[in-house]
Amino acid sequence: MLTEPAATELDAEISGLDSLDLAGAPRASFGRRLWSSAWPKLLAIAIFLAIWQLVFWSGWKPSYALPSPSSVFTRLNSEWSTIIDGAALTMRRALIGFGIAIAIGSVIGALVSRSRVLRSAIGSMITGLQTMPSVAWFPAAILLFKLSEGAILFVVVIGAAPAVANGLIGGVDHVPPLLVRAGHVLGARRFGLFRFIVAPAALPAYVSGLKQGWAFAWRSLMAGELLVAVPGALTLGQQLQVNESLNDATGIYAIMVVIFVIGVLVDTVIFGNLERFIQRRYGLAAAND
Amino acid sequence: MALPWASSARRIDDEIVLAPDVPAVRIDSVSKVFGHAPHAVHALDAVSLTVQPGEFVCLLGASGCGKSTLLNLLVGLDQPSAGTLEVNGRVTLMFQESALFPWLTVFGNVDLALRLRGIPKGERKAEVERLLEVVHLRGFEKKRPHQLSGGMRQRVALARALAQDADVLLMDEPFGALDAMTRDFLHEELERLVQERHLTVVFVTHNVREAVRLGDRVVLLSSRPGRVTAEFPVDIPRPRRIETPEVGVLSTEISQRLRAEVRRHRTDDIHAD
Ligand SMILES: Nc1ncnc2c1ncn2[C@@H]1O[C@H](COP(=O)(O)OP(=O)(O)OP(=O)(O)O)[C@@H](O)[C@H]1O
Ligand SMILES: [Mg+2]
Repeated sequence: MLTEPAATELDAEISGLDSLDLAGAPRASFGRRLWSSAWPKLLAIAIFLAIWQLVFWSGWKPSYALPSPSSVFTRLNSEWSTIIDGAALTMRRALIGFGIAIAIGSVIGALVSRSRVLRSAIGSMITGLQTMPSVAWFPAAILLFKLSEGAILFVVVIGAAPAVANGLIGGVDHVPPLLVRAGHVLGARRFGLFRFIVAPAALPAYVSGLKQGWAFAWRSLMAGELLVAVPGALTLGQQLQVNESLNDATGIYAIMVVIFVIGVLVDTVIFGNLERFIQRRYGLAAAND
Repeated sequence: MALPWASSARRIDDEIVLAPDVPAVRIDSVSKVFGHAPHAVHALDAVSLTVQPGEFVCLLGASGCGKSTLLNLLVGLDQPSAGTLEVNGRVTLMFQESALFPWLTVFGNVDLALRLRGIPKGERKAEVERLLEVVHLRGFEKKRPHQLSGGMRQRVALARALAQDADVLLMDEPFGALDAMTRDFLHEELERLVQERHLTVVFVTHNVREAVRLGDRVVLLSSRPGRVTAEFPVDIPRPRRIETPEVGVLSTEISQRLRAEVRRHRTDDIHAD
């Protein structure tokens, strides 16, 4: 570590201390980490399926109300292409709606966190919006947009945007004052202060807001697809609806499995990893977990 | 710095035409009150202090006597309630906690200081490396603050402060939380840097020996309200070491004075009750 040959005794001591400080456990290999994060989830799935099977065998409900796991997975397999097409349509809506929600939520969050007037005016309104069940918006959405794609997107956006805005506002609120002062001392002012100090410091809370926003968007979207039938679009929600009207139990459960899996995958694979990555970078989580 | 009080101070300089050199720091009857009437805290009361260019002044005082407040005023983070401050040249402040940005690497933290100073990208990399060399942290560029020890973080903070190329370096108990060996090392580094770069330093500390080890002058502040109560020139030749007898003798003298100050406070409080 030491570059000068003529280093003093103290220099040598200090670099000795430095290397002592840095001696940490080596990081586990990628495969090992993947396995250690995957096995609890796989175990949970196995336990869930086992319980389902047991309940089925117990005969608690007839099979037209609660089919066996194997029949549901057989059904999933046989209708795979229809389901995938529906999932693709649904994901398209989810991404468009969530994207609009991120844009609107971020802009509103940024404005509100920068201005004291705006914050007292609409800060608590945003939180209020967040507690509003998205289904309650549908009658109004249908009046405004008819039975259309627009009505569904409207509810998705209004469900997710407040969470995104709140995440950003909370993040900006909790930027450590010491870091803002440090930025000021370094010469950052106004926009520079926001860009170099406040925005990066607020990033972890913002990502948490995004994650929460996604959960709201996904829920609102499912409610919307069940309630609002757009002709020609056989989305996941519509497939669920059709199966329900046909009293087709295996079909209902098969679609539910898909909805659940998509929700979990986006939450853990995308947002879970993003959050963990940021926390590790920012030193908010233990380095070796 | 575009300080509102700088112009009036310059006017004073013009009147005293014979003054040979402009002081690096001039604090003139500065008071600072926090809050309003019934709950007002008089953090500083008519503090006056002049620091010459290249001088190393150590501020000593009990906790809460307004040392940090004074440094904040000097660096422009806050405005005085009364009096004038003047800093000639670029000024920077090193905080007690390193105040590094956790989302940036060691390299990024130092680089940001250069970037905010307007140094073009092409010149920054070499300069960051040079500065990290100065604080013996080459090879740690990619580490993040939370991966470093307290002493290393303070060295990064020192490198970041040096990156600002300031003439006046304000330091608020920068080595307070470090082990003795790391602190001795940083004292040597700081002494060397100050001489090389002709820095003016105002250094706040609780540690009397540290003040004597480093300072050309040790200034005592009283508590609530903060006032300058005594000054001790330090004539011990450099390079110094914290454990030498000369440092010990003067430290004892200053400590006694400091204790008398604190005792006076206790009797004051008793009378006030
Ligand atoms: N922003 C503020 N609002 C109200 N009171 C403040 C503020 N900042 C400081 N004070 C008060 O001013 C006084 C001086 O504070 P300051 O932090 O300058 O002390 P200090 O000498 O640096 O203490 P320490 O040695 O413990 O760091 C304290 O009584 C403190 O409570
Ligand atoms: Mg302080």
